[in-house]
Amino acid sequence: MRNVYSKLALSLALGAGFALGAVGTAGPAHAIKKGGILNFVVGSKIPSYDLHRETTFGVIHPIRPFYSLLIRINPDNPSSPTDFICDLCEGAVPKGTDGGKTFTFKIRKGVLFHNGEKLTAADIVATYKKIIFPPEGVPSARKAFFKMVDSVTAPDDFTVVFKLKFPSGSFIPAVATPFNIVVSKQDLDKHGYNWHKKNINGTGAFSFVQHQPGSFVEGKRYDRYHHAGKPYLDGFKAIAAPKMAIRLQAIRGDRAAIEFRGFPPKARDDLVKALGDKITVQESDWNCALFYTPNQGRKPFNDVRVKKALSLAVDRWGGAKYLSRIAIVKTVGGVVFPKHPLAATKAELLKLTGYATDMKANRAQAKKLLAEAGASGLKIDFSNRGVDQPYKVVGTWLVGQWKKIGLEVKQRVQPSGPFYATLRKSKDFDISIDFNCQSVINPIADVTKFLGSAGNNYGSYEDQTLEDIYDKLLRAAKESDQRVLMREFETRALSDQVHMGITLWWYKINPHRSYVKGWKIAPSHYLNQSLDQIWLDK
Amino acid sequence: MYKYIVKRILLMFPTLIGAAMLVFFLLRLIPGDVCELRLAGTGLYADPAEIELCRTNLGLNDHIMVQFADFVLGFFILDLGESMWTGKAITFEIGLRFQLSLQVAFMATFVAVIISIPLGVISAVKQDTWIDYVVRTFSIFGIAIPSFWLGIMIILGLLISTQALLGEPWMPPIWYVSPFEDLGANMAQLIWPAVATGYRYSAVATRMTRSALLEVLREDYIRTARAKGLLEKIVINRHALKNSLLPVVTIIGIEFAFLMGGLVVTEQVFNLNGLGKLFVESVLNNDYSMTQALVMIVVTVFVITNFVVDLFYAWLDPRIRYS
Repeated sequence: MRNVYSKLALSLALGAGFALGAVGTAGPAHAIKKGGILNFVVGSKIPSYDLHRETTFGVIHPIRPFYSLLIRINPDNPSSPTDFICDLCEGAVPKGTDGGKTFTFKIRKGVLFHNGEKLTAADIVATYKKIIFPPEGVPSARKAFFKMVDSVTAPDDFTVVFKLKFPSGSFIPAVATPFNIVVSKQDLDKHGYNWHKKNINGTGAFSFVQHQPGSFVEGKRYDRYHHAGKPYLDGFKAIAAPKMAIRLQAIRGDRAAIEFRGFPPKARDDLVKALGDKITVQESDWNCALFYTPNQGRKPFNDVRVKKALSLAVDRWGGAKYLSRIAIVKTVGGVVFPKHPLAATKAELLKLTGYATDMKANRAQAKKLLAEAGASGLKIDFSNRGVDQPYKVVGTWLVGQWKKIGLEVKQRVQPSGPFYATLRKSKDFDISIDFNCQSVINPIADVTKFLGSAGNNYGSYEDQTLEDIYDKLLRAAKESDQRVLMREFETRALSDQVHMGITLWWYKINPHRSYVKGWKIAPSHYLNQSLDQIWLDK
Repeated sequence: MYKYIVKRILLMFPTLIGAAMLVFFLLRLIPGDVCELRLAGTGLYADPAEIELCRTNLGLNDHIMVQFADFVLGFFILDLGESMWTGKAITFEIGLRFQLSLQVAFMATFVAVIISIPLGVISAVKQDTWIDYVVRTFSIFGIAIPSFWLGIMIILGLLISTQALLGEPWMPPIWYVSPFEDLGANMAQLIWPAVATGYRYSAVATRMTRSALLEVLREDYIRTARAKGLLEKIVINRHALKNSLLPVVTIIGIEFAFLMGGLVVTEQVFNLNGLGKLFVESVLNNDYSMTQALVMIVVTVFVITNFVVDLFYAWLDPRIRYS
């Protein structure tokens, strides 16, 4: 775990200056209509209402619309990871002063919580103190993102000042993380730090009406919302529907208009076939990658020849072509989100172990390496998660790929609970499916996953060389230097040592009823969920 | 009769305690815990210290016997605690779903009874005629077709047929509305799962009614009744049917108890927020407190249902209570 928190904190947004292209958009083509209730389906469950302590989109989708953020991604341009705009602050998102160590936010005046209380800088300070410096025993899932923050203060009622210990480009994207909802200081003082687990009082576009656990969350338009003229909807209903088939049928039968996470290609095709132009499809690369992780605590998976053979067996380019027809994966990539300026070009990818297109040669080389390592016909216990998309689909494909080099792979599919116990506690697997799914895109932060010292790395390895490269990457100010170091990092992680194997990056497909307007797909299912832009054309 | 009832009530307690021990310790044999899932299961950065804090806050780091004592004591004083996943009171979570599950169970039982008793009687009376064959085929299909598959077919059938007829596909509502709020919406949602499960349920009961009635119709007292010149309708309804209903009542009782918590897949197919769906979710989330409470409720429902069935037996057959 050495230095991982600080590395993570330092890195969260160093690379976040690059535009990404979403494939589809759904901007309003004509006059905005006000009114109506948006019904949408959510495939995950709500653990508690307190986004500061939770990590699932199951709480973002239904609860985020009740709250505001200090800053947020631009809902009109959500595919850009650098386009942040003020939500509860005024004017432009501040630049750092004092050598990048001080950020001063001017807070909007006249913002009211749903209970009628006025929002002041004290509420922002209380919120960020809860996130960054929670009292002992109070959970905060992302406090590690703010290790650079020294203090947060309010010199007056409408100014908030963040003082950093060191300049960090990761600060602003960390603030924009959609889990950082602003809560009332009065609520914290009066009710304590657990109150928000079960209660809601925000300044968001919608106010809370009711929650029937396991069934739905209902919100109604907040008339005193601080973005004038919004929201356009009268309200929303977030309907819990754990089964994908139900979510799909719900859109088809118009019980719901949209699902914000994403459907596989077949579901999209079925909907379009059944409903034609009543369905609009938005698609985007997704800031999630599916890996396989060899357990280097077990022999012979600490042998680089075996790890290289495993990667050489995988036909990524072929997989991209065929798997993208049946699974929510599509893009061949390295350690960085595809199409990002720090990502490897195709020419650079082709130089990495297992990325060349001549699969016959790759697999011949793989067999040779296995023979040299004395691991021909190796039996492998492959742990997978019992979720169809994309784990089981891609896992089954991987089994087929490895069989082509003579490996005997037994896939062990477990429900999420036992799967994580295997991955994180007992570590009794040879190779496991693994993944990395983040909200705000920041390649330099996201690649900490590959460090053996990271809390979410399950490969049981230490690689000081890789750690040293990462340290240099963190301190590289210029994008050109970052790019060179990122290639060095990537080559070490994926090609020379092959600590993990990337299969394919996920691909987000959101088919929705065409009457849903104003919502634009983002490269993460956590982003752009305030719902204040959405209107219904019916 | 009172002695019989008291004896049956006393027998319930060891059953409940045995079930509590089994569910508590078996659950803990399943690898994984709720905190890992909540904080690491999304693929976002997971802080190991936060996971440990979550475990401490939920009491998962307490000694296992302390956890067991809390659970058993809570059950007997009717304080089931809070869900480890949602933090809400378990009684509140279950109460929300209980109304729906109870309604579906009653509706499915109603569907089953109105189908099975007449069909079973007709099938027995018209034994080995074409009518009997049709009824038996119908009931064999009911047993062979899983309810969830029938549910999927019903939904797809509704979507396709309504689109063909009305131009816009229609499917049943996917959230629950109380019948006291909107009876139409309530029925529009629940009639389909009631039919899907009631059909399978009726198939079992039809076959049981038929075979039990056939057996009774061969008894001497039936021959005597006929010899006395009673109308066949009276022979069947008054003398044969009542005596053939014992096994049918048993089946209906067991099936009703099963429907209260066992509609795991059917509830998912129709997106019903019932006890079965809650059961699946709590097991998948490693929500020990909720799973334990649900198992104990299902066990209690079974125990009470069996108790009621036993009483009904005793009422139907005096030999049971006198023995």
